[in-house]
Amino acid sequence: MKKIINSPSNVWEEMLRGMAFTHSDILERLGETGVMYRKYEGQGKVGLVSGGGSGHEPSHAGFVGKGMLSAAVAGEVFTSPTPDQVFEAIKLADKGAGVLLIIKNYTGDVMNFEMAMDMAEAEGIKVDKVIVNDDIAVEDSTYTAGRRGVAGTVLVHKILGAAAEQGMSLEDLKKLGDKVIENTKTVGVAISPATVPAVGKPGFELADDEMEYGIGIHGEPGYRREKIKPSKEIAQELISRLKEECNWKEGDRYGVFVNGMGGTPLMELYIFMNDVQEILSKDGLVFDFKKVASYMTSIEMAGLSLTLIKLEDEKWVEYLKYPVETAAWV
Amino acid sequence: MLTVENVSAWLLAFAEKLKEHQVYLSELDTAIGDGDHGNNMARGAKIMEEKLTSQTFNSVENIFKTAAMALLSSVGGAAGPLYGSAFLSMGKQAAADTNDVAAVVKAGLEGIQKRGRAEAGDKTMVDVWIPVTKALEEGALTKELIEEAVLSTKDMKAKKGRASYLGDRSIGHIDPGATSSGYFFECLLESGILKE
Ligand SMILES: Nc1ncnc2c1ncn2[C@@H]1O[C@H](COP(=O)(O)OP(=O)(O)O)[C@@H](O)[C@H]1O
Ligand SMILES: [Mg+2]
Repeated sequence: MKKIINSPSNVWEEMLRGMAFTHSDILERLGETGVMYRKYEGQGKVGLVSGGGSGHEPSHAGFVGKGMLSAAVAGEVFTSPTPDQVFEAIKLADKGAGVLLIIKNYTGDVMNFEMAMDMAEAEGIKVDKVIVNDDIAVEDSTYTAGRRGVAGTVLVHKILGAAAEQGMSLEDLKKLGDKVIENTKTVGVAISPATVPAVGKPGFELADDEMEYGIGIHGEPGYRREKIKPSKEIAQELISRLKEECNWKEGDRYGVFVNGMGGTPLMELYIFMNDVQEILSKDGLVFDFKKVASYMTSIEMAGLSLTLIKLEDEKWVEYLKYPVETAAWV
Repeated sequence: MLTVENVSAWLLAFAEKLKEHQVYLSELDTAIGDGDHGNNMARGAKIMEEKLTSQTFNSVENIFKTAAMALLSSVGGAAGPLYGSAFLSMGKQAAADTNDVAAVVKAGLEGIQKRGRAEAGDKTMVDVWIPVTKALEEGALTKELIEEAVLSTKDMKAKKGRASYLGDRSIGHIDPGATSSGYFFECLLESGILKE
């Protein structure tokens, strides 16, 4: 394992300290917890809380700030945060209008956040949740824990964050969130694995000339492994998967987001976006929103994911472009 | 009968076993999960030990509750809320009746199922809790029965938790959470509680 760290057991703590120091104008860390909350007050507005395991930076603390999340909770690397810490985040985020939790669909995240929700309700805080499950690589069947939450989560943060900032109620935010999630689909590809510091070796193995489609952001298995191909062909594969789900037609309005997994340079992400654009413009899609960034990473995994969001409502475009003050969203 | 002394000894022995088998539990989780179950449980075990040994307790309920909060606040992942919910429910049942150990364990199982919604055969810790509860009700809990229950998860296809993403590829591996639950019940046997 080759990493710029001091000790695997200090990764979480030292990362949080560095992050809190760097972004001290926007956010603050709560004591020794994994909770980062925004300095902006947002009195009377619904608070948004998200979080999950560490290793996905800048998710989620990078999206804490005016116009996006009120607070984010970071667990150990690839491990869901605990209910008591999520509860602290909920209390900080509650400015009188209630709190909405944005949870990625993993068994651990859902259970820990739901327990925190129970605790908050017991204290009389109004709280609701949306569960993001945009990863279409997983079969949507009753035989699995369900589709995972991946890069599309950041778009959910963005849209709901803008709506909350503009004064939307908790009930309406919950409805909007469910609607946005229904219209957000992602699929990814990895060309090299990530190593969790405490484990010390890669979570899976890929030969030098191999890639795997559909891999999850914790290295969960994908749907197919093959020899690495040119960017164009990878784009074609991911798009055909997404098309099966979305069934778009000419003139449909979409947002497109190419997300880097941590080990893939922007140069390659832009090359990939260029391919995506060429293929999809043949189908006559209209792009009202475009983004290339490494927002939902998997430590040093090399690879990317492609998210398409069907922009059902013109308002969503406005929300996606609404100005924010966060560490990561620009 | 459950007492402050024997429950505390049971839980401390469990913590000890978790630390001892940390690497093995994480290895099991590497095969069908994300490789953190041993680390998660060992982290929780240390906090649980600290909390259980730094104060005195006046009821069995309080010990379970303290153990639950220790695990809830330190384990994370899926196992944290599941063991936390189990111990909270066990504490509540113990408050009503400390004589019936089977009823206390059954309450724990119900806590796990309420939180995780797993059924028998889904390849989770529930596949150990169900047969153990039944054996306790019949007064027939043995080490062999526990080992068999843990092993029975090997041929199952995971339908809950992270392992479910593997589908058929989860078959052939023992479930890590079932294994840690196996340790919990081995510690119950070794505690002598069932003979008292
Ligand atoms: N829904 C569920 N109900 C009961 N047990 C579950 C459920 N989901 C997962 N588990 C148990 O949790 C164990 C995994 O725990 P752990 O590795 O600590 O959490 P995570 O999967 O979040 O990394 C599994 O081996 C399984 O026994
Ligand atoms: Mg695990």
